[in-house]
Amino acid sequence: MLLNRLKAGGPAIAKQGILVAFILFMIVFSLMSDRFLTPDNVMSVFRQSAIIGVMALGVTIVVIGGNLDLSVGSMLSFATVLVVDLHDKVGPELAIPIMVLATLCLGAINGFLIGILRLNSLIVTLGMLSAIQGLVLIYSGGQNVDIVDQRGTWFAIFGRGSILGIAAPIIIFGLLAIIFHVIMTTTPFGRKVYAVGGNPTASVFSGIPRSRIVFTTYLISALCVAVAAIILGSRVMGSQNNVGQGYELQVLAAVILGGTSLLGGAGSILKTVLGVLMLAFIQNGLILMGQPYYTQWLVTWAVIIVAVWLDVAAKRGRLFSPIA
Amino acid sequence: MSNLTDITPLRWLMRNPIWGFVLLVFIFFSLMSDHFFDYRNFQNILVQTSTIGLIALGMTLVMINGNIDLSVGATLALAAAFAVDVQSWAMFATWGNWQILPAVCLALLVGLLMGAINGFIVWKTGVDAFIVTLGAMLGIRGLVFVYTGESSFYAMNFAYSDFSALSIGPLPVLAVIFLLCTLIVHLVLSRTVHGRNTYAVGGNREAAVNAAIRVGPHMMINFMIIGFLAALSGVLLSTQMGAATPNLGRDYELWVITAVVLGGTKLTGGKGDIIGTLGGVLAIGILRNGMNLMQVPAFYVYVILGSILIAVLFLDKRFNRTADGGLRL
Repeated sequence: MLLNRLKAGGPAIAKQGILVAFILFMIVFSLMSDRFLTPDNVMSVFRQSAIIGVMALGVTIVVIGGNLDLSVGSMLSFATVLVVDLHDKVGPELAIPIMVLATLCLGAINGFLIGILRLNSLIVTLGMLSAIQGLVLIYSGGQNVDIVDQRGTWFAIFGRGSILGIAAPIIIFGLLAIIFHVIMTTTPFGRKVYAVGGNPTASVFSGIPRSRIVFTTYLISALCVAVAAIILGSRVMGSQNNVGQGYELQVLAAVILGGTSLLGGAGSILKTVLGVLMLAFIQNGLILMGQPYYTQWLVTWAVIIVAVWLDVAAKRGRLFSPIA
Repeated sequence: MSNLTDITPLRWLMRNPIWGFVLLVFIFFSLMSDHFFDYRNFQNILVQTSTIGLIALGMTLVMINGNIDLSVGATLALAAAFAVDVQSWAMFATWGNWQILPAVCLALLVGLLMGAINGFIVWKTGVDAFIVTLGAMLGIRGLVFVYTGESSFYAMNFAYSDFSALSIGPLPVLAVIFLLCTLIVHLVLSRTVHGRNTYAVGGNREAAVNAAIRVGPHMMINFMIIGFLAALSGVLLSTQMGAATPNLGRDYELWVITAVVLGGTKLTGGKGDIIGTLGGVLAIGILRNGMNLMQVPAFYVYVILGSILIAVLFLDKRFNRTADGGLRL
């Protein structure tokens, strides 16, 4: 069987399943469309994936810490509406710090409820998803907001600017990915997040401040959402009050595709980047092939299940679950 | 559960605190709003509740079983689209009002099928239900958009949209269907082998396997039940609107999970019951209705519901430390 060969032939390859799948996808798509692997197209896919990508970085760290964050979508709506609305009222140099602080407060509420009070993260962030969506609507009065003077503001550089021909969102996403990768792989904080996610009880016995670590992971997640909101707001120069609706799923799909275990304790920032890019390339490839937009969701469904299935199968050493 | 009859109402309330909450908000809105305490408004609440309520019944089974289903909103939309679209297929053109029958049957079958797919994947691959149904939530929604071509369907046959206005005796027909389903699912859960095994699998899967309970089929049946109920809910919702939109049922999984958790069903499985879920569903229904009547902007409802959900979680944690058998979560 394929799986046994994989196990005997090279556990290294089985471990890099997501990378193999990614390369396979790229080859198939580039054979089917000659516009797929052009520099312009690749760059535009990178740019489009930046917003979900930045959010996925934060969620990856939360998930490695053994929790979930479903509130990032609502939080993105909140942060984008806030920064766009404040832009015309107090100017961008004040709007950005106010928005970042407000978003961090929401992250702190998540972190307090889940890290300090030890409540179930799925339900807490589900409740926050609803509560924050309500907050956005109350704040905006149900109106969409936009920036009046779109040409004359430096706020545009985050979404529309570029350095050396590379679009700003790509640079932000890339930089954050490298920073978080370094943090997670080389610092004590990173190791503690893995420890807390892998075995909470053992981590407490080894003197790791579990509550504080979990709290911090939610702050990081909120920070990532704030950065994503700056990119989104600057790119669109306006915001609907439900702009982030459903983002939590796309983000979680990318994180899961990257092989991060929902049980916590395992996962990697770089693989999440691969997951994000894979979803973005699937979306792009299907559109280039002339498929309806929503076909990508169908393909995502299959890809997620097959990817996680192979991952689970490789760990237990047999393809099908042994339960009767 | 079997000794419900020989405990006093007060102790029963202690065990089902959500019903205490239902009573509280009921009294509150009766005093605060002139229009709340009205028989026709009660009918309204039951009809409004039935959509979320039907799915919540299924979610209770799935969650007691130790799984979760995030794809119900998408399944609802798919079933509604089928129910409205199939009526106007040319092959049923001469059927008159009977053209509704194959449409509804097909819609319910689609729901069963979606549930079966979810259940089968969870059973055979061993991938966590959260991931499987998260994928299905995206995938089935994609299916809805591709099938409907991203536009709404309208029911041409008025008998279909008139159905929701019918009453059986004093109750609207939608409320009757909901209450009937509640009774059936309650009996399935509390009186049948399948119900008992559902608790067993959710409570301790290892032990259930050792006791020769076939874990997989039970999980699959529960997923099929929730798929069917989500489809039924979609059909009933589309009769109320006379139409099916591709965005129908968005965020319903959140409302449903909120209701079920409020009703005291444990996310980790093994605990919970339909009586609690009915309370949770009614609590949300009464809150939404009452705040509407008091002209609280709909935006605040989101904030209040989210806060209540978190507050319940918090109270439960405090409660359970001191006394077992309080709020079960």
